[in-house]
Amino acid sequence: MGKRTDIHKILIIGSGPIIIGQACEFDYSGTQALRALKSEGYEVVLINSNPATIMTDPEFADATYVEPLTPEFLEKVIEKERPDAILPTLGGQTALNLAVTVAEKGVLKKWGVELIGAKLEAIKKAEDRKLFKEAMIKIGLDLPKSGVAYNLTEAEKISKEIGFPLIIRPSFTLAGTGSSIVYSQDEFIEAATNALDSSPISEILIEESVLGWKEFELEVMRDRLDNCVVICSIENFDPMGVHTGDSITVAPAQTLTDKEYQILRDQAFQCIRAIGVETGGSNIQFAVHPTNGRVVVIEMNPRVSRSSALASKATGFPIAKIAAKLAVGYTLDEIPNDITQKTPASFEPTLDYCVVKIPRFAFEKFTKSDQTLNSQMKSVGEVMAIGRTFKEALQKAIRGLEIGRAGLGADGNDVPGTIEEIKNKLRIPNNNRIFNVTYALEAGLNKEDIFTLSGIDPWFTQQIEEIIEMKHKIEKNSKNLSYELLKESKQFGFSDKQLAFLTQNSESDIRSLRKKEKILPTYKVVDTCAGEFPAFTPYFYSTYEEEDEGEVNPQEKKVIILGGGPNRIGQGIEFDYCCVHAVMALHEEGYKSIMVNCNPETVSTDYDISDRLYFEPLTFEDVMNIIEKEKPIGVIVQFGGQTPLNLTLPLANAGVQILGTSPNSIDVSEDRHKFGQLLKKLNLLHPEWGSATTLEDTLTVAKKLKYPVIVRPSYVLGGRGMKIVYDEKGLEEYVQKSLLEKNGKSSHPILVDRFLNNAKEVDVDAISDGESVLIAGILEHIEEAGIHSGDSACILPPQNLTHKELETIKEITEKLALGLNCKGLLNIQFAIQEGKVYILEVNPRASRTVPFISKATGVPIAKIAAKIMIGKTLKELKSQYDFSKLSLSKMKHIAVKEAVLPWVKFPGTDVLLSPEMKSTGEVMGIDSTFALAFFKSQIASGSTLPLSGKILCSLRDADKTTALPMIRSLQDIGFSLVATEGTYLYLKKNGLQVDLVKKISEGRPHVVDLIKNRQVQIVVNTPSLNEGASSDGSKIRTASIQFQVPIFTTLSALEAFKESALQIYSMKPAIEVRTLQSYFK
Amino acid sequence: MDRIKPAILVLESGKSFKGSSFGSSGEAVGEVVFNTSMTGYQEILTDPSYKGQIILMTEPHIGNVGTNSEDLESKKVHCEGFIVREISSIVSNWRSTETLQKFLTSRKIPALSGIDTRALTKHLREAGVMRGILSTVDFDPESLLKKVRDSALMIGNDLVKEVTCSQPYEWEVPKSPTLNVVIMDFGVKQNILRSLQEKGCRITVLPANSTIQQILSYSPDGIMLSNGPGDPAAVHYAIDTIKRVIDLPNQKAKTSIPLFGICLGHQLLGLALGGKTYKLKFGHRGVNHPVKDLSTGKIEITTQNHGFAVDIESLAGKDVELTHVNLNDGTLEGMRHKTLPIFSVQYHPESSSGPHDSKYLFDRFIALIQKNKLMQKYSNG
Repeated sequence: MGKRTDIHKILIIGSGPIIIGQACEFDYSGTQALRALKSEGYEVVLINSNPATIMTDPEFADATYVEPLTPEFLEKVIEKERPDAILPTLGGQTALNLAVTVAEKGVLKKWGVELIGAKLEAIKKAEDRKLFKEAMIKIGLDLPKSGVAYNLTEAEKISKEIGFPLIIRPSFTLAGTGSSIVYSQDEFIEAATNALDSSPISEILIEESVLGWKEFELEVMRDRLDNCVVICSIENFDPMGVHTGDSITVAPAQTLTDKEYQILRDQAFQCIRAIGVETGGSNIQFAVHPTNGRVVVIEMNPRVSRSSALASKATGFPIAKIAAKLAVGYTLDEIPNDITQKTPASFEPTLDYCVVKIPRFAFEKFTKSDQTLNSQMKSVGEVMAIGRTFKEALQKAIRGLEIGRAGLGADGNDVPGTIEEIKNKLRIPNNNRIFNVTYALEAGLNKEDIFTLSGIDPWFTQQIEEIIEMKHKIEKNSKNLSYELLKESKQFGFSDKQLAFLTQNSESDIRSLRKKEKILPTYKVVDTCAGEFPAFTPYFYSTYEEEDEGEVNPQEKKVIILGGGPNRIGQGIEFDYCCVHAVMALHEEGYKSIMVNCNPETVSTDYDISDRLYFEPLTFEDVMNIIEKEKPIGVIVQFGGQTPLNLTLPLANAGVQILGTSPNSIDVSEDRHKFGQLLKKLNLLHPEWGSATTLEDTLTVAKKLKYPVIVRPSYVLGGRGMKIVYDEKGLEEYVQKSLLEKNGKSSHPILVDRFLNNAKEVDVDAISDGESVLIAGILEHIEEAGIHSGDSACILPPQNLTHKELETIKEITEKLALGLNCKGLLNIQFAIQEGKVYILEVNPRASRTVPFISKATGVPIAKIAAKIMIGKTLKELKSQYDFSKLSLSKMKHIAVKEAVLPWVKFPGTDVLLSPEMKSTGEVMGIDSTFALAFFKSQIASGSTLPLSGKILCSLRDADKTTALPMIRSLQDIGFSLVATEGTYLYLKKNGLQVDLVKKISEGRPHVVDLIKNRQVQIVVNTPSLNEGASSDGSKIRTASIQFQVPIFTTLSALEAFKESALQIYSMKPAIEVRTLQSYFK
Repeated sequence: MDRIKPAILVLESGKSFKGSSFGSSGEAVGEVVFNTSMTGYQEILTDPSYKGQIILMTEPHIGNVGTNSEDLESKKVHCEGFIVREISSIVSNWRSTETLQKFLTSRKIPALSGIDTRALTKHLREAGVMRGILSTVDFDPESLLKKVRDSALMIGNDLVKEVTCSQPYEWEVPKSPTLNVVIMDFGVKQNILRSLQEKGCRITVLPANSTIQQILSYSPDGIMLSNGPGDPAAVHYAIDTIKRVIDLPNQKAKTSIPLFGICLGHQLLGLALGGKTYKLKFGHRGVNHPVKDLSTGKIEITTQNHGFAVDIESLAGKDVELTHVNLNDGTLEGMRHKTLPIFSVQYHPESSSGPHDSKYLFDRFIALIQKNKLMQKYSNG
């Protein structure tokens, strides 16, 4: 039948900023879709506000709109581009919701645009709980007992019918936001109220609890001739009750007979047909009762999802790419299977290995929030591992997580606790549960006990028990490891590190022993067909068996690129973007690229990006094995963030050629003392600092530097554990807490810097070839120094820096880049206080802002840097790239990057910005003026940013003078004001028209009621020092987040808003959308 | 815990794989074949079509769900030996009654685990399936290799006689049977019987060497040619009988009886219609093979288990049209007689194990029978 010829132009909606529940898997799926549709000759238009994505690279779509993902902006794009069709199923829930909104508003009809992939009716049937339930009942599928409520009265009535425990799910929300499990009447009222609130249509589903049931997912595809296939079955290690995004999951399903599996398969097809998803991928979740086998349908996603990204990587079947082709009319049998080349995509992949996915959490950054895992997703990333057995894959996944564990225990980091604690932790799902299972087994509990407490299937527990048995066997034979035992332990997934710990050797001893005994990993191919057909794609995983399939061509010039591993706060999609660019640069220069990474969400782990893909953990052992096999000319460690950078020294010591900036220079930049000496030599300014390992010394250092100081443990990522302290008491608390975390011993010293108050912060990214330096971008932060650069909004080109400041920054950057002999990228953070430019830190690697600068300027700086790392010079590259686009003075447009924060997912955490990074993602606003670029960035980040209405002011004393003119200006353009007492009196005294609102303690309606009732449109609240969690300020901030009222917690952000609002008010510019491509012409 | 007992596989190519034994002790000779299903090992083990073969599962974790009293395709295990990457040491499933280890041991089937099953699969894919010996008693490669080379070849081997029933028997009768179907048992899977029973058929199962007269003595409304093991060309007696069934309209009865062939039944039908069969390099064994129904354009994901196939070319000029084709390699998957109510498929519409996509073929068979009955009624009176 072939593709449709009646449509020519297709609009794809991206998923916007990375948030919990929607990460870079949608960059992967969107990028695949763009490539697929373009290769079919369609004109492709993209809208996505996230600049850190590969998909928004100007060469991927014909027209790329980095514009806010709102119905208004989407309509503008539709109006301008007049696409024939919109493909809404590849940009996560965001794209789907957006498509529904514009369809319902009549926008699609007005402009004659067709939804392809899934029609409006199908999306609504799948997403609306009530319609879904009706559809399932109609086809005779079983569901948990449930009812839909639109208000509290209805909700209570239903809860009485079902009984406790029950589950509450709001309709149309992301990653189960607002969902909860409720055990009692007390909890019910609060949970139901919250859920009603978080549903955009005030609709909630109240459901029979299937807690503890086995959970399965099927990834299904359908074409327009109604051919259906299952791509992958996934079994959750964590039973029902834990969001699947937060569950350890396993592919293929392990504990179903064929009879039971076929029931799920039949039901999955019935489901996709009843919902009416015409073409593409869907994910259907089932719960299965562990002792009677009753099957209930839980939900279906009528689109590609996080699970389908996982399924794609787990099977080698590119779901998103195929979904795009099906959407334009191909049938499954018309699309070839890329891997076998000779067989069609109309089949069901079969696995001859086991895949384990483990989520990665960031609770250490949200310590005040409840850490129980439940139906609301909280993880920020995930790792996937492939092994021939579950045991091997599980241990590989754990060491790939980078949580300081070398595998499932046996690494000296176990903290078992008492039997009661262990039992408790099994009962209440948490991110440490897998280790708790080992503690429980070691403490004598059996598989049945563990099943009763946790609902974890005994088959999984058995595998863990076998790992523990092997551990004891190794310990017993530690003096004399036989060949057989050593090989078997490797087949059980034990790392050299674990074996070293168990035998009291060093990791390198074990490595030497292994090599002597010729126990080396064998690499197997992920081929979709369990070896039945020859595979043409070099997608490998390691195991310890007989045959190695990864034949190496020693003649090739090849380079290994180390990826970033699981996403976490501080290390996310930006680094994957850089890695993919490194691959592209290598291809352009005629090198073969080899990618090593273990994050299934990424573009870099797509098998057709690099020449060879090793889906392996990023540890020294795993990486070194690949290096020894492939013998590349060098390794790129600069692009994957801190993960590969941490491997630099061990790899260099093992004789590996590190491309670009030398390991020695990296060490200088990371070692405070060495770096201090370099700055001294170059005569550059930096805030005074010191370091100490004990409380007394820390206090002495701080006293010398004068308060406030900024303290942190050395060698950290994303400002982990970083804090500004204002006095001795604060410092004491900090030191004691951080020593406590390390069990009293601090191997890394605490660093103390003088904190530069009210300083402007500036980020610089530059490329150096060792001879000359190219400044790629100077970014002015909107928030002042002291707030983590990842959480701060920033502007390119800078708007408020003097010519002299800019020149000084350029000068210092050049000096430092050459002083460190950088080859490739470097990022420097500066603080400017009273005209003096201080260096805060230098990172000789790709930074988080690299993709933003590339999108803002149209210059692919990561690519350029990669080329320099393989020996090109800036002089040579000048002819290839237009460096003049990077010139700040020549830029005719302005780009603003805004951070997106996950407050909503971590209730109980105060919504304050600090030196510790908390944002999960970013958006870009781009336009001809600062006002519009800033406005767009705010809208894109999810803020509504009204230009009229009422502002609630609650300011700390120190800020009142500075804030006054800003607030006055806002009043001048029509905002009305309301304030808490202190602020009220101050504003009134200064002649502003302002209303008074009660504090919480003063009776109702009080300040929080105002927010809840949405009687204010903007909140300005700056916290006083050492403000407690129970303060009014904290409650104001929490309420603003909960009820989605835009809030400013820093005056710098308020100032930016004021500037933007004033300009828009006075000039009344038309808000327009423009393609990224058009900015660079 | 029992001490782990060793086991070895030696192939006629000379390759050998050492691992652990998890079945009965002894020796088994057979053609080593791989199956790519991830589920359904109990159905596979009890499928009579595996007679004479040693089965290798490509899915590494086998035995997780144990065995139960329901998921059987016959009363016996018919394969000679079983090979997996890792046998589960526990069973976790609510229907399970016995471990796979016990199931195999009590049925005297030797089994091997702990080898690089992927390397073995690739070897069979590249060199073609071959004979092998699985032993837990003899570990001398020379002696084992000799035993392999002395064993029977699959080509020319009539294995049907080893698995067919010795006496006719009636399958459990549905409440109100409407049709009378005779099964020629070449090694029938019980799910074929269950599938027809569900459609309201009274089923009589006949030995493979039954004559046309014996068949007609049951006055069947339809005849099913079952699946089965071995080389179809060696089962000449059945081919003769099928020829006679096809020829019925030319006899004095002048009526035809609808005929449906599955797997070996399809191959025998192909031979009876004048076609040829040939041995595939490594066969089709799994539950993920895409087959296209040429009349509707629909694709079904099918269960397959065959080492021989009907040569499409050989059917040229015969009274046959192709109905189904394998999308992986273009081999013949289904055909029908141009004028008579006769059709067959190479794959397994009864699945078990495997997807239920092809169940419609039983409906087609029933519809054909009903239409035929109607026509007879019309022409008779």
